[in-house]
Formats: sequence, C-alpha cells, structure tokens
Amino acid sequence: MSGRGPHDMGGLPAGKVERTEHDYADWERRVDALAVLLWGIKGAKKLMTVDELRKNIEALPPDAYEKLSYYERWVKSLTDTLIQRGVISAEELERKMVEVEKRG
Amino acid sequence: MKDQGSYRPLSYFQLMEISLRELLVEKGIVTDAQVNAEVEDMRRRGPERGARVVAKAWTDPEYRKRLLLNGTAACEELGLDIPALKLVVVENTPDVHNAIVCTLCSCYPRMLLGIPPDWYKSRNYRSRMVREPREVLKEFGLMIGEEIQIRVHDSTAEMRYLVLPMRPPGTEGWSEERLAGLVTRDSMIGVALPDSPGKTA
Amino acid sequence: MRAHPAGHVRTPFYIRGCVGEVERLCGAFPNPEQLAERRDGLPAVPLYRVRFRQKEVWPDYRGSDSDLLEVEIFQHWLEKP
Repeated sequence: MSGRGPHDMGGLPAGKVERTEHDYADWERRVDALAVLLWGIKGAKKLMTVDELRKNIEALPPDAYEKLSYYERWVKSLTDTLIQRGVISAEELERKMVEVEKRG
Repeated sequence: MKDQGSYRPLSYFQLMEISLRELLVEKGIVTDAQVNAEVEDMRRRGPERGARVVAKAWTDPEYRKRLLLNGTAACEELGLDIPALKLVVVENTPDVHNAIVCTLCSCYPRMLLGIPPDWYKSRNYRSRMVREPREVLKEFGLMIGEEIQIRVHDSTAEMRYLVLPMRPPGTEGWSEERLAGLVTRDSMIGVALPDSPGKTA
Repeated sequence: MRAHPAGHVRTPFYIRGCVGEVERLCGAFPNPEQLAERRDGLPAVPLYRVRFRQKEVWPDYRGSDSDLLEVEIFQHWLEKP
C-alpha cells in the first residue's frame, strides 16, 4: 500500500491502551525545547517548520518508526531537517558526537 | 548541569541531542539559557490554564458562547499567552460526548494542558480512538451510554482541541478557582469526566 | 479521492473516499505539504472541519449509529460527491 506512511495509523488494529506516563528525561525535554525554539514561536529565530519535522519523522523506515521512542524520532528528525537546510553538516555532527562521547 | 546519562553510557540519541545542541549554541543559533527557559516553562506547565478556561465557561454563559465560537480569542481574553494556538473547543452535553486524538502525530493544546502523556502519543490510542472510541473509553474506565453520541475529533491539521466537560452537579455557588480544581487533564481530552465534589478536600 | 502522493500530507489514509459534511471553515493556511519541502505554501489553502458518520467510515463500526468523526481537511483534498 504505497504512500501510507508509518505514522498514518488511524483505524489500524492495535492493542489495549497502556496508560503509562513516564516522567520525561532531561534530554527529552531539551529536544522538545530545541524544536520549539527552532520553529520560531518562542522568540528565537525561526529556522525550520513543524511540517519539516513531521515530514522527516514520517520518512523514517517503518521499523525505525516503531523501534525509536517519541523523542528519539524527534531528535533524529531535527538533525535531518537542519542538515537538509544546511544549518549543520552531517560531518560536523558526527565529529561532535565522537567528541562528546569521548568526554563522557 | 549534569545530564542524567552521566552515570551510565549515553545512548546514541542522547549523544545526538547533546551534540546538536552544542553545535547550535556554538553557531549562535540558540543559547543554553533559551533552552533551559523553555524546558522549565514546559516542566511547570500542567493543565491549569485549560482548567481555568473550563471553570470560566461553567460560570459565565456568555463567555462559554464566545469560547465555543472562537477558542483562541476567548483564551486571549483571559490573558493566556498562546500566540500560535488555534483552538477549537467542543462541548459535552447530556447527549454528546467529545474526545480528542491526533492519529498522525501528537497534536495537543500544549499551551493549555502541558506536554501530552505517553498514551496519547501511543500507537494503540492513535489507531483505535477513531475506530472504536467506546472500547477505548471503557479501557479508561469511562462508560458512555448508547443513547449518547460520541464525537471523535482528529487533530489532523492546524487546529488544537479542548473538550469542555459538563459541570459536575453539587457545585452550585462554587468560585471559578474551586471549580478549576475539579477539571482534570483527562476530562479536557475526553477520556474522563471531571472530578466530582465529593472527591476533593 | 486522489491517490496518496509521496511526501507529507495531513489527510489521514482512513478517511479517503468518505463522504461527509462541512462543520466549519477553520480559515486558510499555508499548505503543509509544501511547507514540509521548505516552500512557503502560499497561496493559503482553506481548511475545513468535516463531519463523518462513523458507521459510514468503518463498515464494522460497533458503536452508536449517531456517532461522529470530525477531521480537518484542506480544500484540495475535497471533491463534491
């Protein structure tokens, strides 16, 4: 069924709703904050739209969409969007991730 | 500020968040102060603003009419700072029960209710709420009689939705502030009823 | 309704081909399908809330006959029946 993204799930069979509510981790809250700031609605410079965030989440392969948690999808999509916009490059992100991991 | 990942290896995506943020700060696109301020704003934000709006609608019939006609304007009347929010308020009556879902992602009136709970964003809620709302509501402990019409609102595009629950009986003469204390987040999503007077201190 | 184009759309798959009635015009907004591609999405497209009977959307719907589903749909996804 081409064209139905992994996110477009209305009406599909699914199980019982688990009424879990985890307290969001600091890093998850920061991802949320970054997105809101980059959308420009809280006074920071607008560098992307929520539509691009959604598009990049929807473009994740179905197994990635399922496996990744909500904010893992967001942070992946944020970096994809900013790379697409030329705000950062994939290389500099990779370098930075190596550096941060070494720091511990 | 120590990241909670400091005591065990950071996951790939936690690394990505830190790295992305540091790059953006280095490039002068955001500051740590801005990120922290936004984190704190959303951390403190619960459903209180939504509850205020509901309580006002319960006590002021003219406000209620304005709220149902133009949710955003009515919230701004109360001085609520919600610049980007395009709000539709849907009213529960003895004949109609409303419930909200975003099947495509997780659209939610965050400026009124805070960050949405996990279950609202879950596959099971998003898939089934449009198709079998009565069964899903039962799982939330809410039984809606067959004679009551259920309206499910899928926030597919620009609008965000708030359910205006029915005012609980036994609250005659209550102040807005006291009434707001009965209004739960889940009642404004439509998966629960507001608390009744007996439950609160 | 049209075949589902590639890219970002805000019309859910499950509602395609269904017939409903307009509940209200929400306003006109830049087209999210184009915003997702970093275009400006103008001219703005009218957005409607459309009301459907659940029993007409799902052949096996088990709730009340009067139950409704209300969905926001951009004008370019709507056709007159």
